[in-house]
Amino acid sequence: MGKRVGIIGVGQTHHAAKRLDASGTELIAEAVSRALDDAQLTIKDIDAIVVGNMDHFENINYVDMWAVDGLGACMKPVFKVTTGGTTGTTVGACGYYHVASGLFDVVMAVGWEKNSESDTQAAISTCANPTLERDPFAGAIGPLATEYSMYMKAFGATEEDAAMVAARDRNNALRNPYAHSRQEVTVEDVLNSPMLSYPIKFLDMCPRSDGSCAVIFACEEKAKKLCPRPAWVHASVVRHDYTHFGDLEWKFMPTLERASAAAYKLAGITNPLKEFDVAELYLPASTCGVKWMDSLWFCEHGGAPALIRKGTFEMDGELPINPSGGVISTNPIGATALIRIGEGAWQIMGRAGERQVEGAKKALCTGFGGCSWSDVMILGADLP
Amino acid sequence: MSDWKNDVEIMVHEGKISVPYSWTVGSTLSRFYCELRDNGKIWANRCPKCGTTFVPPKIKCINCYEEPHDWVELPGTGTVETYTVVRYEEPSMHPRKAPFVYGVIKMDGADTGMVHFIDEVAPEDVKVGMRVEAVLEDEREGNILDIKHFRPIG
Amino acid sequence: MEKVAIIGVGFTKYAQNSPLTFAEMVFEATTKALEDAGITRDEVDNVVSVSSDFWDGRTISSMAISDASGAFGKDITTVEGDGTFGALYGMMRILSGAFGVSIVCAHHKGTESNMNGITNCAFDPLVERKLGLDAVSSAALQARRYMSKYGLLEEQFALVSVKNHGNAKRNPIALLPMDITVDDVMNSRKVADPLKVLDCSPVTDGACTLILAAERQAKKLTTNKKRVWMKGVGHCADAFRPGDRDLADTRALKAAAKRAYDMAGISDPLNEIDFAEVYDAFSYMEPLWLEGLGICDDGKGCEYLERGWFDAGGRFPVNVSGGRLSGHPVQSAGLYAMAEAVLQLRGEAGERQLDGAETALVHGVNGMCGQSHCVWVLGK
Repeated sequence: MGKRVGIIGVGQTHHAAKRLDASGTELIAEAVSRALDDAQLTIKDIDAIVVGNMDHFENINYVDMWAVDGLGACMKPVFKVTTGGTTGTTVGACGYYHVASGLFDVVMAVGWEKNSESDTQAAISTCANPTLERDPFAGAIGPLATEYSMYMKAFGATEEDAAMVAARDRNNALRNPYAHSRQEVTVEDVLNSPMLSYPIKFLDMCPRSDGSCAVIFACEEKAKKLCPRPAWVHASVVRHDYTHFGDLEWKFMPTLERASAAAYKLAGITNPLKEFDVAELYLPASTCGVKWMDSLWFCEHGGAPALIRKGTFEMDGELPINPSGGVISTNPIGATALIRIGEGAWQIMGRAGERQVEGAKKALCTGFGGCSWSDVMILGADLP
Repeated sequence: MSDWKNDVEIMVHEGKISVPYSWTVGSTLSRFYCELRDNGKIWANRCPKCGTTFVPPKIKCINCYEEPHDWVELPGTGTVETYTVVRYEEPSMHPRKAPFVYGVIKMDGADTGMVHFIDEVAPEDVKVGMRVEAVLEDEREGNILDIKHFRPIG
Repeated sequence: MEKVAIIGVGFTKYAQNSPLTFAEMVFEATTKALEDAGITRDEVDNVVSVSSDFWDGRTISSMAISDASGAFGKDITTVEGDGTFGALYGMMRILSGAFGVSIVCAHHKGTESNMNGITNCAFDPLVERKLGLDAVSSAALQARRYMSKYGLLEEQFALVSVKNHGNAKRNPIALLPMDITVDDVMNSRKVADPLKVLDCSPVTDGACTLILAAERQAKKLTTNKKRVWMKGVGHCADAFRPGDRDLADTRALKAAAKRAYDMAGISDPLNEIDFAEVYDAFSYMEPLWLEGLGICDDGKGCEYLERGWFDAGGRFPVNVSGGRLSGHPVQSAGLYAMAEAVLQLRGEAGERQLDGAETALVHGVNGMCGQSHCVWVLGK
């Protein structure tokens, strides 16, 4: 069997709409240096590196090769993994498997994006099949708007429910010095913001950011030696079941249901709402923060609005979600899902600063992307 | 296999990904290009730990991961380490018409080489080990093409 | 450590302007690999696809093949790079204990894309890309550096092309089986000196799939004859800019090979390994990489090539398949090379079967001028 793996260091850039002061590799170096500092290591202690982003956002082919200077990867094993929006969790999982395999002891996983360098929606549109869906079904907002309008119709969820999620995440970001968008907003502000694609409004939707995140994974022996309180990886599961948007199930979120069910089984979780202390979820729009709560098994289908109205997922609620401010506050796409893992790890390690959930022992982290795909990673303070 | 596959007209749809890009140059290369544009100088930077001197300058030393914060001006001369005569046309990529010569120039005062054009010499006369110097454009914009090419010395 | 076996291989015939979409090519290769292993999709628990948004001309290109690769309901991920790196990740995922059987699939439809433009995008947009550098012109710089460092001749590189195109005549999937002479290579159209057309691999379409299994699964699912063990693997990257490194120095490959040999318990690769599939996108690369792989001393690759060491009947046969020079689907090239080694080790390589093939060396490359390498030792 493989080795047990712990996260021993996390670093991220100060994310922004446009980081004019740093090139792509400089952004990567900033995250890498901070992760090394966090783990109190030097680059010599890193045995292998994994990196990921989305090619057409910066138009750089073979990013793993181009990024060698920033990664500190010269004369080290390095390769690239990429799966669209889920790239960050894909990179994190790859770092995890590097160590769990027993082939490497200390591995750094790096996600980055400089979304300011291109037209994000123009690049995303090319993910759809060029001879079938590229022309009619372009961009990221359309599919998300479509699924929430279906959910509202099916279960009586409202635009206000989504606005409450948006206000929660955006206000949480005020306590995160790394967050890109840090503005105090009310539910009314969200509801009054410009409509992008019904029912999603401007303040419901994620921005695009420049940023990078690096997470250091270590085998059990090293993790225990190097870190007072590692965040142990209890499960990593991925479901990327769809190729065509036309094939999707809209009423619930099938890949998240399947991925989280499998991950809970691996981690021995039977009552996720009770057993998790904190969650960092890849919610690209506040609407997902409503509908997808069903699919994480926090409640029956259609039960999410009631939980949200009760404040279940607020900082002082039963299960705080996105203390960092989440994706609608910060979204350097190739790093976005890795930031979920990094923030989850910091919560377990007790290093989350002002946004710390006291005594967090079990964290749920997710990634979203592609054709409504889901990744899940579960972290814990106890050895798995 | 069903035989309709032998008869069907196989279609090909043409497409092009056209996305505009603007790459942030970053502080290190910005300094390099500002010096080149404004003062016509080629600058390198050096790792304080291992002493390796890089041109174009690096954000991090590739050996030590230290910031190479010592900056040095190079004389702009060097030696041809390798070259090729490019014979094919790629008008959208190549700033000049084939045949033209690319070389890796090991720069005097630095430990790394620069890839650039070698010109003002017949392609068949370019040799490995040849001494060359940078020729700058008169009107410079702050990019690598501010160096027009390298030419033989003397 | 648990062992991992390759229990099935499948691939499409190398093609140009294939009438199939790349997803259809992946489906064909994966179906064949499952048939070869004698298993169904139900026995597979995870998929590693290898694809590239650049070469595929779409973003999240892995989305295009997730159904074709059989990934529905399974854990799937995507490596962007050469197929050998995808196989490495497939192996890691099994060694982690999380999975028992991996599909690793790679595809490449070179004839749908512009090779020069796409490889130009592998260079720094702030520096070398503006000069118009691409895979071919940068390789030419490497070839010239290799020649001048060791006093080698273009005619010696031409021998690689003669050998590999000749080998391709015995490989039914090869794109360019040819009887050619050194003069033919020397007189072929100049592309970027010292490289001529016949020094360069062809733009190719092709998909290849391997099925990997943990030892416990492999023994349950297949017969002994079908199993080829992944005995050693190593990968390593060198510096990025062509001017950052001595282009004729193979230190990253040496480091990758050392990892692979240490893991496989090999101390004398020339004598302990029987044959190799080496990355020969350009003729000069074969001797250069053989030096990095420790098969001969630095600068000696061409000398042994001339002596016939690397011929199909030679002391250490290299690229008996015809190599990348006879078919080079970039992203899947490394998986094809691994599949070829598997067929040889199983004794199923037909006309090109080598006698007594027990241990194979396979080599894949990422990036320009061999910036990063992945080295495999496979064995019976």
